[in-house]
Amino acid sequence: MAKKTNSLEQLTCPAPLPVKDTIVLGHGSGGRLSAELMRSIFLPAFENPVLARLDDQAIVRVDGTRLAFTTDSFVVKPLFFPGGDIGSLAVHGTVNDLAMGGATPLFLSTAFIIEEGLPMETLRRVVASLRTAARNAGVEIVTGDTKVVEKGCGDQLFLNTTGIGLVADDLELSANRARPGDRVLLSGSIGEHGIAILAQREGLEFECPVESDSAPLHTLVAGMLKASREIRCMRDPTRGGVASALNEIAEQSHVGIQLEESAIPIREEVRGACEMLGLDPLYVANEGKLIAIVAPGAADSVLEAMRCHSLGRNAQIVGTVRESPSPLVTMRGALGTSRMVDMLPGDQLPRIC
Amino acid sequence: MKYLDEYRDAHIARALLTEITQQARQPWVLMEICGGQTHTIMRYGLDELLPPNIELVHGPGCPVCVTPLETIDKALELASRPEVILVSYGDMLRVPGSHADLFQVKAAGGDVRVVYSPTDALKIARQNPERKVVFLAIGFETTAPANAIAVWQAKHERIENFSVLVSHVLVPPAIRALMTSPDCRVNGFIAPGHVCTVMGCGEYEALARDFRVPIVVGGFEPVDLLEAILLLVRQLEKGESRVENQYVRSVNYQGNLPAQRVVEEVFEIADQKWRGIGIIPRSGLRVREEYGDYDASRIFHLASITAEEPAECISARVLQGLKKPTDCPAFGMRCTPHNPLGAPMVSSEGACAAYYNYRRNLCGSATLARQSPEAS
Amino acid sequence: MCLAIPGKILSCDDLGFARAGRVQFGGIVRQVRLDFVPDANPGDYVMVHVGFAISKVDEAEAQRTYELLAEMGALEAELPPDDSPDSA
Repeated sequence: MAKKTNSLEQLTCPAPLPVKDTIVLGHGSGGRLSAELMRSIFLPAFENPVLARLDDQAIVRVDGTRLAFTTDSFVVKPLFFPGGDIGSLAVHGTVNDLAMGGATPLFLSTAFIIEEGLPMETLRRVVASLRTAARNAGVEIVTGDTKVVEKGCGDQLFLNTTGIGLVADDLELSANRARPGDRVLLSGSIGEHGIAILAQREGLEFECPVESDSAPLHTLVAGMLKASREIRCMRDPTRGGVASALNEIAEQSHVGIQLEESAIPIREEVRGACEMLGLDPLYVANEGKLIAIVAPGAADSVLEAMRCHSLGRNAQIVGTVRESPSPLVTMRGALGTSRMVDMLPGDQLPRIC
Repeated sequence: MKYLDEYRDAHIARALLTEITQQARQPWVLMEICGGQTHTIMRYGLDELLPPNIELVHGPGCPVCVTPLETIDKALELASRPEVILVSYGDMLRVPGSHADLFQVKAAGGDVRVVYSPTDALKIARQNPERKVVFLAIGFETTAPANAIAVWQAKHERIENFSVLVSHVLVPPAIRALMTSPDCRVNGFIAPGHVCTVMGCGEYEALARDFRVPIVVGGFEPVDLLEAILLLVRQLEKGESRVENQYVRSVNYQGNLPAQRVVEEVFEIADQKWRGIGIIPRSGLRVREEYGDYDASRIFHLASITAEEPAECISARVLQGLKKPTDCPAFGMRCTPHNPLGAPMVSSEGACAAYYNYRRNLCGSATLARQSPEAS
Repeated sequence: MCLAIPGKILSCDDLGFARAGRVQFGGIVRQVRLDFVPDANPGDYVMVHVGFAISKVDEAEAQRTYELLAEMGALEAELPPDDSPDSA
């Protein structure tokens, strides 16, 4: 029989809070754990205003020239998947991080961390893919590094890439620039990369005609910037999906963002996979899509420019930036009610319940 | 997607809401049992669309939330052993045990793998004959047949390195325990449509009769739930207390007999501890002795693992529908999906998580949660 | 709890001790065990939970009950739009 208690403090939940003193997988997921790691360890240590903007790239001025500079690591499994591989993913990912700052990507470096025992043929395939992707994107791989780690210490192959590009003087793209009234534009259908990868995963396998959407976005961005300079910021919604990227923008700009569920393009196959596994497509990774926050007067012309490009054919206006006492992303559904779209703590997991 | 999208139709939903508003003259408290139904209610905002005299409370419909602390601790123990591969549905990975969760055990070197189906767990066992594969078999009656077949198949194919750690809970005894509580205010129930797909509707007749409450077996899409609520309201306004089936496309009265048979073959009914609630007699399943070689709790000698739970707990009251997640002083502040204190916040189907993820902005604690750094 | 979704059986296979089928969910296909739906065949819809079909969709019943709902919805659609609730 329940005891009466006068003090609310005496009510507790059945499990004590586990203290996190080790890194867990969730810290790399792009969700809240990742954000906390950044806030509690990296930002305080490296204290500087460029890093504090937490954009996908750093824009620095060197002797009057504005450079964009970014780094990214690729740990994807499997190494080869429908629509790409770790090599093409690396080039596209880095080119895109630069492009999100409005930069023209120029040069890349690639550092390989290879697990002992990796077949030479695998390495050749990855390198060939890097070369093709770089050539198609108009960037050069000008330097790199190779390390080999003992068997068991590396999971086949990790790739780190760094990219440099040039940014025009009059461009100011940053996650802290969204303002109430701005429109949220999305370049195409969501969740393809994440689902293409999941379909290959042990324990979850299913037949899936969806390929990864991995692609370089810098020419799409160039077309958008030509249509209008009133673009506040852009993000490529990779790990953590559209939801995480929008939450980051809302957080940096201290605004609310309201999405319209019916406007968000999604392929039937991605929806089927998400329904089966109990996943929300808003959190599934994309590797060839971008979100742009655009001034209301410029939204239509930017949208038109996007739709003229092969990577923006299905572009839509999917939401609006609003005033909000605290940073918040919400989504209005078919019944007219709104629900929150929060950051997840870690990776989204398939569920049966 | 056929048989899914039509049940999300906004026009039909609105028409049902109008009917409900017109027909509900008195205040009624309705409980949905299943976490998936809670999820839909929160996601589509059905509770705010219903007239104010209809109150929805949420039941213990989350097998993840109610898995006993001991079972989690046993799973954690097994996962830390180098010879074991601990295989689980994704839902269980972040549920806190006494000292850690499966993610942390994985971080410390435990081999923990997620599967969608128990057949995938069997596959892992076949591919890794030198390791011991333990499958964390949780769920309500819906999942019992699949979990049972995995055990049956392991025995018949002699997959000797496969075993299950079971925590299966049954719905009707939980409803009975809930209804017998003097605090219970529920006037009508939406029974869980997928549990009834397997078990049929018969078990709910006794409950409807004994407690004089209408029970409607409901589906999981917004139109399903609204239709179920309308059927409940109609009965309540007329003073009826029958069992009705809204989810006719999936549920028939007898349920799924082949599925029930395999559950009978592999499992037997046992007393079960529900996390945060306590022991409910004959409310769970355990592996029969004939299949003892595939029962992880027997072959791994885990009896010594026990866990202390506080006698009084708010999540118990949430699971019984006596309190809303927002009544909890820790909700949204010390307790968030990022730093969960209890299972209903961890499980994506838990009431607390559903409230937090979809509707936190309603209660204002969002402001507080954002302003103060996460409690460590 | 108990996430089960409807899918269409494209083809059936005999595994010896059990039947399985390739089931389509909105464009993706997964092998699903049909142990519990012995009378389900290609073309039928089944409700699938953790890779097992737990029921065959009763299409006739579904159609019958849905027709009534669809009528309600059609009537509602003809009404002039009013302020839809927005809780944001």
